[in-house]
Amino acid sequence: MNGPQDLGGQMGFGLVAPEIDEPVFHAGWEKRVLGLTLCAGALGKWTIDESRHARESLHPAEYYASSYYEIWIKGLEALLLRHGLVTEADLAAGKAVDPAPGVMQVLTADDVPARLARGGPCDRPMPTPPRFAVGDRVRTLRTNPVGHTRLPRYARDCVGTIEAVNGGFVFPDTNAHGAGEAPDYVYTVVFTGQALWGESASPGLSVSIDAWESYLVAA
Amino acid sequence: MTARVRALESILVGKGLVNPAAIDAIIETYEEKIGPRNGAHVVAKAWTDPDFAVWLKTDASAAIASLGYTGRQGEHMRAVFNTAGVHNLVVCTLCSCYPWSVLGLPPVWYKSPPYRSRAVMDPHGILAEFGLVLPADTSVRVWDSTAELRYLVIPQRPAGTDDLDAEALAGLVTRDSMIGAGLARFPATP
Repeated sequence: MNGPQDLGGQMGFGLVAPEIDEPVFHAGWEKRVLGLTLCAGALGKWTIDESRHARESLHPAEYYASSYYEIWIKGLEALLLRHGLVTEADLAAGKAVDPAPGVMQVLTADDVPARLARGGPCDRPMPTPPRFAVGDRVRTLRTNPVGHTRLPRYARDCVGTIEAVNGGFVFPDTNAHGAGEAPDYVYTVVFTGQALWGESASPGLSVSIDAWESYLVAA
Repeated sequence: MTARVRALESILVGKGLVNPAAIDAIIETYEEKIGPRNGAHVVAKAWTDPDFAVWLKTDASAAIASLGYTGRQGEHMRAVFNTAGVHNLVVCTLCSCYPWSVLGLPPVWYKSPPYRSRAVMDPHGILAEFGLVLPADTSVRVWDSTAELRYLVIPQRPAGTDDLDAEALAGLVTRDSMIGAGLARFPATP
């Protein structure tokens, strides 16, 4: 979706503000949001793609007014409601008033090291060979999907070169919506600055995205 | 926000869906165990072990795993090497994808609109805000982390460090240098 998350090339956000000796967290509640998000995700009711889509589906005004962990907690609340793990009555009361929907495998402290060390690999075997090879010229689609996508707006309908064939990966555009993993090849596609930004692009600039095969056509 | 988060935790714990000790264990992991020292170890190893550097270039996931760094948001790694002519910069314009297993959790600036909006269009301007001005003949290559590959920049080894061992070299490798927003530090002069 052409949502507030799709920031590449937008203007007006001002200067980057690096913080010297930045702490890992800036408030106690941020720590709990990280933990809650990972623990709730471990229940297995949604995918990382669906969780990204929940965050980018915030109203743009709210997205831009929120810190990143604020975006996370708002996205998490939306996921919990959607999947029936939490109800509006629970949120209104600030405590559990409705029963949990069935028994689930809950992450314990003892599980945490192994769970984090395993992560969630998204590569998948592919039954067919890739359509494109290193060096091929490709054009990204001109497309405006209403659902989740990982093709940023600034890199749509642009011609670039395949730099790497990275194998098959879960396809976010379907997986975010419960429509299956539909694995597809992912390529590193590199563009010149001019191809993305026009003649005024910074000399010597090149930018790559990692693009699923269905985002690309031969150029 | 404190009250809102506390309420949500209370709801989830009350329903038996979340174990608060697991939250504590996750926080402890990212506060104390997983951070940019992991990545600095990888970089110093690449600087001092040419075979490892080749492995890192061709199969970063396996090379990095051989040092014990695996897991969440580091499942599919790629290492990109700065050279005299090319400076690499990593961004995620669409969210905040970042190689947690080697750098820990991302800094606020990495997740914020000013960086995410301009890194792909005006990287020289971004780098100047970090105090980094590259030579005019250096090209900038920006890697937008739009899929599940996670990028680690291998900065150039500073000159005058031939006498340093891997541990001392790791001390020169800053977090920002492994994102591309900085360079490795020169050793402090005695």
